[in-house]
Amino acid sequence: MKDSKMATAEKKERQSRGNVNINKDRCKGCGFCVEFCPTHALRFSEDFNALGYHYPVRLEEAACTGCDQCGAFCPDFAIFGYRYKSHT
Amino acid sequence: MTESVVTDHTKQETISADQNRVELCEKNPAEDFLRMDRIPHIWCPGCGIGTSVNAFVRALIEAKVDRSKLCVVSGIGCSGRVSGYLNVDAFHTTHGRAIPFATGLKLANPELTVVVYSGDGDLSAIGGNHLVHAARRNIDIKVVCVNNFIYSMTGGQAAPTTPMGTIASTAPYGFCEYALNLPHFVEACGATYIARWTTFHVRQLQKSMQESFAKKGFTFIEVIAPCPTLYGRRNQYRQGVDEMKMFKEVSRREKDIETRDAEIKPGEKIVIGKFVDRERETWLESMQHHYKEVLGDAYYPYTGAMI
Ligand SMILES: Cc1ncc(C[n+]2csc(CCOP(=O)(O)OP(=O)(O)O)c2C)c(N)n1
Ligand code: SF4
Ligand code: SF4
Ligand code: SF4
Repeated sequence: MKDSKMATAEKKERQSRGNVNINKDRCKGCGFCVEFCPTHALRFSEDFNALGYHYPVRLEEAACTGCDQCGAFCPDFAIFGYRYKSHT
Repeated sequence: MTESVVTDHTKQETISADQNRVELCEKNPAEDFLRMDRIPHIWCPGCGIGTSVNAFVRALIEAKVDRSKLCVVSGIGCSGRVSGYLNVDAFHTTHGRAIPFATGLKLANPELTVVVYSGDGDLSAIGGNHLVHAARRNIDIKVVCVNNFIYSMTGGQAAPTTPMGTIASTAPYGFCEYALNLPHFVEACGATYIARWTTFHVRQLQKSMQESFAKKGFTFIEVIAPCPTLYGRRNQYRQGVDEMKMFKEVSRREKDIETRDAEIKPGEKIVIGKFVDRERETWLESMQHHYKEVLGDAYYPYTGAMI
């Protein structure tokens, strides 16, 4: 019980380092971001965007560190990560 | 809509100390350098060209390249469309002629940072001779060559860079020629900076681009990129991401690697990294030197045609 609490606290701490911004209607569903996110913080949506593709959504329970790896990969400029000020 | 996307537009105070990055929270960092009215672009889902542009734009921002002194020149092809999407002075020239166009720009106004951004077919096939002589003369231009192993725009015909044995629309039983080893080729010609990365190595690619902006002389960066539509699908990589996974698996960065070992063969490792970083006089410098020596005070040094 105590362990899982710690794990949650640690996750929260990592999560609070940054976040990811997703412009879903610009996405073409290539999957680079979902596949290569170092913390596996993304998954594909079930519904379609305006272009007819599944787009990435942030998994609430996973830790996005704001590393911007997804942003560096995205061929369609549809996603990017950013760090919170207190952690830079 | 059944799902909500997590966005965080409100947290303006949460950005890094770098003033440049303050807006990045709401706006993709790339947007500043893109013609957003033309986005979404025409490139297919999973095409690596967009990823390379991402690295390029981030390199421009990090290296603080003066936008008013930057020109990007492209030839023809899917990769050649890059110039049209960049919000900088950009030229879309004819097929294979990006380098001579860029040479003219640079020599007329030596203050400019001139980038040639084009495809493997454009630069090494129809434009091959220009590549040879611009590298030999050490014209101060920065070449980014997107190598997707094929002539994509025209339907997936085999190119000089198509790896032996792979399938192309003009080689349905496999291509029987040796592929051109681009880094080795431009090293022999005289380029001063040579690197190769895949689109999986975005960070390293960005860093190389930054280095090349700071480098004097002819620089050449080869970007191996997926073309799922016309290369990947014929060669077991159904989607761009499948080719990216292959890049991740087979790319090798070794110490003291030489360009002669950088030939690309299917099923074998892809050698990546920075191969060459050397100093040579640029064409303009060596011309000034030479005439100063030969003509002495009678020579009025040429510093550009722009007044
Ligand atoms: C003079 C001339 N010859 C041929 C063509 C047809 N053509 C257009 S793009 C292209 C090949 C481009 O290949 P590459 O540079 O590898 O770019 P990619 O499309 O693969 O990104 C060719 C042969 C042309 N436009 N102009
Ligand atoms: S910013 Fe980093 S951790 Fe967050 S989703 Fe993107 S790749 Fe994953
Ligand atoms: S990398 Fe970009 S285009 Fe590809 S799935 Fe992610 S957001 Fe969409
Ligand atoms: S045909 Fe190939 S190179 Fe051209 S946009 Fe599509 S995936 Fe990219």
